[in-house]
Amino acid sequence: MPNISRDEVAHLARLARLAVTEDELDTFAGQLDVILQSVARVGEVAADDIPPTSHAVPLTNVFRDDLVRPGLTQQQALAGAPATEDGRFRVPRILGEEA
Amino acid sequence: MSDVTRLTAAELAEKIQNKEISAVEVAQAHLDRIAAVDKTVNAFLHVDTDGALSAARAVDEDVAAGREPASPLAGVPLALKDVLTLSGIPTTCGSKILENWVPPYDATVTRKLLEAGIVILGKTNMDEFAMGSSTENSAFGPTRNPWDLDRIPGGSGGGSSASLAAFESPLAIGTDTGGSIRQPASVTGTVGVKPTYGGVSRYGLVAFSSSLDQAGPCARTVLDAALLHEVIGGHDPLDSTSIDAPVPPVVAAAREGARGDLSGMRIGVVREFQGEGYQAGVTAAFEQAVEVLKNLGAEVVEVSCPHFDYALPAYYLIAPSEASSNLARFDAMRYGLRVGDDNANSAEQVMALTREAGFGAEVKRRIMIGTYALSSGYYDAYYGQAQKVRTLISRDFESAFEQVDVLISPTTPTTAFRIGERVDDPMAMYLADLCTIPANLAGTPAISVPAGLAGEDGLPVGLQVMAPALQEQRMYKVAAAYEAARDAASGGTLISRVPELEVR
Amino acid sequence: MSTFAVLDYDEVLERFDPVLGLEVHVELNTHTKMFCGCPTAFGAEPNTQVCPTCLGLPGSLPVVNAMAVESAIRIGLALNCEIAPWCRFARKNYYYPDMPKNFQTSQYDEPIAFNGSFAVTLDDGTVVEVGIERAHMEEDTGKSLHVGGATGRIHGADFSLLDYNRAGVPLIEIVTKPITGTGARAPEVARAYVTALRDLLRALDVSDVRMDQGSLRCDANVSLMRKDATEFGTRTETKNVNSLRSVERAVRYEMTRQAALLVDGGSILQETRHFDESTGTTSAGRRKETSEDYRYFPEPDLVPIAPSTEWVDKLRTTLPEMPWERRRRIQAEWNLTDLELRDLVNAGAVDLIAATVDAGATPAEARAWWVSYLSQEANSRGVELAALPITPPQVARVAALVADGKLTNKLAREVIDGVLAGEGEPDEVVAARNLAVVSDDSALYAAIDEALAAQPDVADKIRSGKVAAAGAIVGAVMKATKGQADAKRVRELILERCQ
Repeated sequence: MPNISRDEVAHLARLARLAVTEDELDTFAGQLDVILQSVARVGEVAADDIPPTSHAVPLTNVFRDDLVRPGLTQQQALAGAPATEDGRFRVPRILGEEA
Repeated sequence: MSDVTRLTAAELAEKIQNKEISAVEVAQAHLDRIAAVDKTVNAFLHVDTDGALSAARAVDEDVAAGREPASPLAGVPLALKDVLTLSGIPTTCGSKILENWVPPYDATVTRKLLEAGIVILGKTNMDEFAMGSSTENSAFGPTRNPWDLDRIPGGSGGGSSASLAAFESPLAIGTDTGGSIRQPASVTGTVGVKPTYGGVSRYGLVAFSSSLDQAGPCARTVLDAALLHEVIGGHDPLDSTSIDAPVPPVVAAAREGARGDLSGMRIGVVREFQGEGYQAGVTAAFEQAVEVLKNLGAEVVEVSCPHFDYALPAYYLIAPSEASSNLARFDAMRYGLRVGDDNANSAEQVMALTREAGFGAEVKRRIMIGTYALSSGYYDAYYGQAQKVRTLISRDFESAFEQVDVLISPTTPTTAFRIGERVDDPMAMYLADLCTIPANLAGTPAISVPAGLAGEDGLPVGLQVMAPALQEQRMYKVAAAYEAARDAASGGTLISRVPELEVR
Repeated sequence: MSTFAVLDYDEVLERFDPVLGLEVHVELNTHTKMFCGCPTAFGAEPNTQVCPTCLGLPGSLPVVNAMAVESAIRIGLALNCEIAPWCRFARKNYYYPDMPKNFQTSQYDEPIAFNGSFAVTLDDGTVVEVGIERAHMEEDTGKSLHVGGATGRIHGADFSLLDYNRAGVPLIEIVTKPITGTGARAPEVARAYVTALRDLLRALDVSDVRMDQGSLRCDANVSLMRKDATEFGTRTETKNVNSLRSVERAVRYEMTRQAALLVDGGSILQETRHFDESTGTTSAGRRKETSEDYRYFPEPDLVPIAPSTEWVDKLRTTLPEMPWERRRRIQAEWNLTDLELRDLVNAGAVDLIAATVDAGATPAEARAWWVSYLSQEANSRGVELAALPITPPQVARVAALVADGKLTNKLAREVIDGVLAGEGEPDEVVAARNLAVVSDDSALYAAIDEALAAQPDVADKIRSGKVAAAGAIVGAVMKATKGQADAKRVRELILERCQ
């Protein structure tokens, strides 16, 4: 049975890129605990030999031909951007590794 | 109030083709109604007056020129849930994070509506990113239930259901991931259909849970829903999960059902969806509906679907898991809200600050649950196990449909609850989807049709009819037969009993 | 700081055995992206080859490019892999601004091709069998431009500018099994593997394989095992290895760096490192505060891929002659020794010679031009043979002119010089420089008569049967015709005159 701590909630929030507040950590820790205890009931079902279902309909091999389709203009692509420069999306400095 | 807004979609379409009324007059009547009541109801997030009138004018031109109508619903107004893109009009998904986002493309459903000559009035309110059962999770305020303004209109598609019950629109589009079309239909006394997964394209439907989401028709009558179903259904090469098969003949089925003969039909009552936890008035209305179906000649038996008890927990693992990934794209880089970009904060910080400010509590909760369930140490016990339960639920359906043609249950265990009643209790809120979730997990179709009012509160109850995949005609036939019999027995439609709204 | 110390290479090998793992990302040359119909051409204006899907706009959905799947299967077959009868895409979840959805649609535990092998020939002819773990399909990211700061690099930048033209371009990631037992030759094996893979992908015509443009990228995993150890050591993954030479340098540097740390009593951090071309060293990327958990799960927006046996068999028939098969054939056809073949391979001349033969030259003629005269020219210019401004058909044309007696070898070299100097096609150079062989016998008779008259004693010797004396007259005639006569013909005519 899960028992979600405040620290674990903080870790999940970091993974999910949510700058949650201290107050939220308290609230969410309690709520997530209740929810996860409840959903953990799926473990009661004996399903060792049951295949998982990832897709509701059993389709396979859905492809498209390698043909160019009209896309967006640069103006359309950038229209919703919070900031742009020189035809590109302008974003704050990236801390990550060199890509 | 104009009587025009009380007509069904089928009636409106006919009158427009017969030149009894113009499409522009129909559109204007509904726009006027929205202007009069929507400050109270808050069904719409955006009203597209110009777009609606120009689409209506195009239909009138066709009529004047004697051209064949683009579809049997040409000129009929529709309310589009704000989770489907319509080029040039904001799509917010009820979220602050998308408050000013204007999509540069049309969803396939939207394109089909426009090509059918349907007049899109605007975009309807919803729980943020379709997560919720009350529309209280909208960043733009709750929608109110026209039956009782202190109560919820269901969710996530409460804007669409309320727009129908408030006579702001005769048709609406909803999306149903765990019940977001059927539960709102149930609590507003309207009709809502979740088609077979893959039956209606998801291209342009902002994803909540990709393997469960399905757009579908909402209306005040079963026939109207069927007419809309045939407009929006069908294969779409832009959606890899779209089924390449003809749309089931649902309009014919609805017409056939309305003749009132269900003899030879076997109907199964789901044993697991009754008893404790069901409001007495809901149970009573459901039992009455069973009697009506028997009187129509159907054979009604009880069927057990033992794993349906595990549908709710499986759903609350699968849907949040997929959502945690689907909603990762809202990161302040390419579109939508950006918070904290002060030239000092890094992209990572701006992402986290924006998502914190832009998402509401329920969305954050589900993102974190999904993040947890997909983590390497927990995947097998949570997400993996939920996917196995999903298999077992599909098998329950398969064995049930070997015994019966359709399954029935109440659509939701209670009538509309009060606004604010469950906001601080997520688990109580989640119970609203108890009976609707199995069909999402199995990808099978289901309809909710009005089943009278609950004795204790006088609020609408819904009857859910579930069918095997791509066998929608069965549930439309049963729903239409039941609707006709119920209307006849009570001397009119249920929706005609909705209280008059104060017009401001 | 020992971090920057390196250990002498010989000493590294006395104490450790290197273990390699190479991950090669290859951009396919399909017309459109992996999951949408946007074009994939390199170098377009920023954000002009994008659509809702590859920009990750809300509501957009992916649809798999059939050609990319076929390319993936063909690559798998060429690498002797098993082809999965059923496999899925998965989402690899992590946040990065160059990734529009903040997940990469990739394959996780169900790659389309797996468990293969690839025989790689080193410069000295040694063959190393490299095990192939898997080849799977995924999508490329966009490109970021880091602005501000001193270096234009990510660290210290003020902000970044993003172009998503590359986002969604189909990638095949080819991962080797651990490569062990290569000892001192590990860096060379790494380079040879990437080189051979590049040649294979080019023969398959599935990619431009341009390392300089990023259509072929290599990440080198390197670890060291102590001689007495039974388990692999901790590995590092070096990225930004953008040329064949860099592959070799990066592996070698990591071996010496890790060894220095280990002998110093330190331990290796499992991390991503960045190769610097200018210094030939690697440096650590930003350390992550938490270990990465990509939360993979099956991509619900795409349905499984189940290649039928018929489909795979059909694709097998489309496989071209493999580079090593071709080499074997060429060796037989051109009658080469192993050493000669290796020299041609190492000089990068095989394709050029083959193309010259295809354009009509004999293998001997083609080889003669490319490995002698043109190789010297390339050397003196400091460029690859293939980079010389002359094409195999042009070389073939020159060879044909020689064979027809229209050019002498000396004149032919002048024609080649003219082509290299940008003076046009061989025939244009011949005309412009007036290099045609003097084949008009009457013109030659005049020159011969003149020479015989000028050297009557020599003429007498010839007439008396001392044929060898004709050489002096040939020389005089050649001089008079500025070398444009065919010496053999001149000799014939002299003997005829003196009968």
